[in-house]
Amino acid sequence: MAFEGPVQDLIEEFGRLPGIGPKSAQRLAFHMLTIDTEDARRLANAIVQVKERVRFCVRCFNVAEQQECRICRDPRRDPTVLCVVEEPRDVMAIEKTAEFRGRYHVLGGAISPIDGVGPDQLRIKELVARVGAEDVAELVLATNPNIEGEATASYLARLLKSMGLRVSRIASGLPVGGDLEYADEVTLGRAFAGRRDL
Amino acid sequence: MRRPGSRFGGRLEPFSHVDLQLYAGRSLDIVTQAELVTSFAPVRADFALSACGSAMVEAADHLAQEDERSNRLFLLLLEGLRTLALSPATPSAVLDGYLFRLASVAGYHPHLDACAACGAPGPHDVFTIAAGGALCPDDAPFDAHPLDPAVTGLLRRLLGGPLSDQRDAPEDPRVRRAAAALVASYLTYHLGRPLRALELVER
Repeated sequence: MAFEGPVQDLIEEFGRLPGIGPKSAQRLAFHMLTIDTEDARRLANAIVQVKERVRFCVRCFNVAEQQECRICRDPRRDPTVLCVVEEPRDVMAIEKTAEFRGRYHVLGGAISPIDGVGPDQLRIKELVARVGAEDVAELVLATNPNIEGEATASYLARLLKSMGLRVSRIASGLPVGGDLEYADEVTLGRAFAGRRDL
Repeated sequence: MRRPGSRFGGRLEPFSHVDLQLYAGRSLDIVTQAELVTSFAPVRADFALSACGSAMVEAADHLAQEDERSNRLFLLLLEGLRTLALSPATPSAVLDGYLFRLASVAGYHPHLDACAACGAPGPHDVFTIAAGGALCPDDAPFDAHPLDPAVTGLLRRLLGGPLSDQRDAPEDPRVRRAAAALVASYLTYHLGRPLRALELVER
């Protein structure tokens, strides 16, 4: 049985969000009925603001509030090193490590032949144009270590190495705090292949 | 499957040959154990191989029937991925051989040596996808284009030999492209839809 009017509308809207099923949507909608009007207004306003104010950086395609994102505007960042990632959320994940001081380029996805996503649907042309126009010496390919991410990294390495750049790929292997016994063969094999001197 | 906390880690990735223990669920089965047999790592690491592997997996996925055992299809897919993992000089040729043989395994065997309509022994130089192969002069449509004998010869080799024979095939690129286009059209016709991964295969 469906609820009436605004409650049902809210359940349906929540149900369209990624990872939210019908039951979760219903629980969220009923939670909204219990919170203060001011809290609900603040939530609604935050959603409207993010749609009206946030855009993509014209240079790296990270999320930004101005023409260029905070990282591209920062003169302390090394302009000679570009880290290529699939999505803006990957930029945040790498920034949290505080290990990388260069700039980024967000592709907007990964090559996925099975899904019909090819290089033309990603911001690869923009990356090549950036490399040609800016003083870039090294590219770090930080796409995900899955089939799509590996295919994208392989494609980019072949394309960009011919331009005389140093192209590197982030390492993959065992997680810190992990246990060798439970590691899968692919991950453990890569950890060995990428071992380094101490 | 891809969460860092998953106990299956990189075992359950596309292209992986795995030995699974499954718990029968109401709609979908639940994976309770997974052991990796082969990961086909070279196919994952190279874009050209990955595109061909994706087309193989996509075609097998469309032709395999839910809850139906298909040993021949499974073994053909394994042969295809194994051959790609050897980093062949012309991976697209391996893919073409796989797709043409897959059509045969799925029940759409292309007739190349006898007329697909009346069975008259060949060779015949007209190939019609809708008829399922070569047609004799009596059965061929009056406006059908004859097929280059070199293309017919290549199609015969694609269908008959092991996929490893296609690895370093020295065929004329023109003949290779014509055969590839015909194989793709043949499979698309019988699948009822094009293979998306084919668009990214380098010829």
